[in-house]
Amino acid sequence: MILGAILKRKPALLGLVIIVLFVAMAILAPWLAPYDPTVTPDITLLHPLAPDTQFWFGTDLLGRDFLSRLIYGARATLIIGVLANGIAVAIGALIGVTAGYLRGQVGSLLMRFTDLMMAFPALLLAILLAAMFNPSIWIVVMVIAMVSWVQIARVVYAETISLAEREYVTAVRAAGASTLRILFRHILPHLVPTLIVWGTLGIATTSLFEATLSFLGIGVQPPTPSWGNMVNENQTYFESAPWLVFLPGAAIGLLALSFNLIGDALRDILDPTLRGRH
Amino acid sequence: MILQKSGDILLDVRGLSVEFASPRGAVRVIDKLSFDLRAGETLCIAGESGSGKSVTALSLMGLLPKPGGRITEGSAHFLGRDLLTQGEREMSRLRGNEISMIFQEPMTSLNPVLRVGTQLTEGLVRHLGLSQSEARARALQALDAVRISEPQRRLTQYPHELSGGMRQRVMIAMAMAARPKILIADEPTTALDVTIQAQILELMATLQRETGTAIIMITHDMGVVAEIADRVVVMKKGEAVERGTTAEIFAHQHHPYTRALLAAVPTFSQGAAAPMAPDLTAAKPLIDVTDLTVRFDVKGGFLQRVQQRVHAVEKINFKVMPSETLALVGESGCGKSTTGRALMHLVPSVGEIRIEGEAALGQSWGRKSTAELKAIRRRVQMIFQDPLASLDPRMSVGDLVIEPLIIHNIGTPQQRREKAAELFRRVGLTPEQLSRFPHEFSGGQRQRICIARALALNPKVIVADECVSALDVSIQAQILALMQELQDELGLAYLFISHDMAVVERISHRVAVMSMGQIVETGPTRAVLGNPQHPYTQKLLAAVPIPDPARRHAEDWQRNRQRIEGEVPSPFQSVDFTPSYVTYRDLGGGHLVAA
Repeated sequence: MILGAILKRKPALLGLVIIVLFVAMAILAPWLAPYDPTVTPDITLLHPLAPDTQFWFGTDLLGRDFLSRLIYGARATLIIGVLANGIAVAIGALIGVTAGYLRGQVGSLLMRFTDLMMAFPALLLAILLAAMFNPSIWIVVMVIAMVSWVQIARVVYAETISLAEREYVTAVRAAGASTLRILFRHILPHLVPTLIVWGTLGIATTSLFEATLSFLGIGVQPPTPSWGNMVNENQTYFESAPWLVFLPGAAIGLLALSFNLIGDALRDILDPTLRGRH
Repeated sequence: MILQKSGDILLDVRGLSVEFASPRGAVRVIDKLSFDLRAGETLCIAGESGSGKSVTALSLMGLLPKPGGRITEGSAHFLGRDLLTQGEREMSRLRGNEISMIFQEPMTSLNPVLRVGTQLTEGLVRHLGLSQSEARARALQALDAVRISEPQRRLTQYPHELSGGMRQRVMIAMAMAARPKILIADEPTTALDVTIQAQILELMATLQRETGTAIIMITHDMGVVAEIADRVVVMKKGEAVERGTTAEIFAHQHHPYTRALLAAVPTFSQGAAAPMAPDLTAAKPLIDVTDLTVRFDVKGGFLQRVQQRVHAVEKINFKVMPSETLALVGESGCGKSTTGRALMHLVPSVGEIRIEGEAALGQSWGRKSTAELKAIRRRVQMIFQDPLASLDPRMSVGDLVIEPLIIHNIGTPQQRREKAAELFRRVGLTPEQLSRFPHEFSGGQRQRICIARALALNPKVIVADECVSALDVSIQAQILALMQELQDELGLAYLFISHDMAVVERISHRVAVMSMGQIVETGPTRAVLGNPQHPYTQKLLAAVPIPDPARRHAEDWQRNRQRIEGEVPSPFQSVDFTPSYVTYRDLGGGHLVAA
């Protein structure tokens, strides 16, 4: 039903098509990519090769085929973008909702912890975590989720407080509903629009944060490509070979935009008060 | 400046039409409305919700919501200029200078972070070009004119430090400070308590006598119309269906809508119309409340220490019999809603609440188990003031009605659906509507849905907290009739919480008047409303607006009105406050009065 509704909306359909293409690209990378993205040819380049018929998108400084790297890069970027964001939204929502509904000492404790996390430099935490575990894409996902849930928790907390004071919450309490029922049936559904916005906006910031981590050597480990670390690696050639920065940047932008389009549509589809107005 | 003589036409509105954009195309909300306003008079625009009365005011002020609202035709001539064609700059000069407006909710119309004095002088400096000190003197004068206590101190206070009535006085002072020719008042007393409403209406009449400002009063309350209006325009769905002087309109109505509107207004007849009170000794009480007390701590400061305490309810006692309606009446802050919530165990309370004679289910709310709470809520259910707010907008009404059954694990899904259909038929809706969402219903239908939900568990008692005060009078009458029908049929008892004496008289067998968290007078409705003994009850009854303009000049009415002064008492007390408890004098027949 939701899929059907998405298919009826042109912007959301466009978003869906782009995401499906990206996912297909990630899965089918070994067959799609013309070259191995990690292999450096046995020649010394002084600067990246411009796009030509042999290398459609040119090469980077090390002579690796940029198109192949872009195709393979979708893997890490999608995993990190979707998973890290998903985890961050889940943790943020859970902590925010609990603190906002229960208030009192439990609420204060949770929110002080959130504030502490917020005040703690994200990069320092990331370096700490990365140092404790062997670097791998899963660690990167965890690190990013650990530092990005904080803002979500704050926003959800504030919204829950106002939702909890609505009369319909009192009404279901008066009917005898348990706290869990109120939280999951009557408060969380109202937070869906907020969570969708944060979740989709997060895709872009997450990719760039991953790039920062890669830059510090604790992100996706070279030579494995990700769109974020491709932007980062090549930014020094921004003037001489702008496509090296522009192409992965555009890919990140396109991914974030697609999620945003779907998110917008989902928000409308899930809101019964807007139903029947399209 | 042309001086207007009393009786000259000040504002001439001709053929005003307003459209609002909607997803289904433009909707005409005002259709060729014409009226005029004469200098020095009070014109009431009366009508129910959706009649377009507020939109009329906003159009005249150039404040229609943009984008969306659009004036399609018509003119509104004020001192030779058409208000509808003036530019924003010109309108902003007129607003607050020649034409002022006050709104329903004085708290949201005042800026909460600016001092009252700053807000009062702002307009004077801007519109009249006064210096700060001149403006301050004028502001002080204006506050004096609205009879606010300690005007000097009010200037330095913030809106939240004032009571609702004082805030509305400040709004009026603000509106009148520039000595406008026209004051548009949009439901200025609807959010206020009756005694404060009486004071504000009185104040507006006095100010009008002193300044000669013409007033356009927008209201849904025919009682208010009878008290203040010189002439009336009755609106229905954007059209003026009837106009005339107040006396004419109340004496003969030409349009059936006006007749229906007046007929639906519950008339207050000093208790004579109230149903007979049942015999308190005949049966076992359904609810027996002993020494119920609810207090809230107000924490603040650096260490979150208790700074004040709200003594919401103080050791009250009452009984509710089967098939009986007990009304709790009083003004805001008197503890009536808190009493209802304590009964539902929605707020922590001390004291004893026996339901069907069963031993008290624990002493304090905190110690009750979920199972115990569920057992209570199966027998006592609640309906609220705002039916839209009390229905989760993301659930279908069918799901909302069966939710209590799911919570209490009653029946199979099939049986629940059948029950929902049966409940819907019972409250006058059709089972086909079960799959719709709350926003697709009208206010009255939503309250029916809330009643259906409350009935789902077959409760013995329903706590109705101001359950008709947000509804139009005609709908109000239907909901009250439904509640009475259900009472006769199912033997339901109601704890009916209301501030509206006319509604209370109509539905309740017995009444308890609350003030400062205690019951000051209680007894059969006929006795209490017919022969009020406590000064507070007398004051409350004197403030009830009566839809009969002839009474405005009656001597006893004028005398009664003198009693209405002062603020609604606040339940906030210092931490070391010990309340003194009332003792009762028995007047016979269950009529008790605080001595």
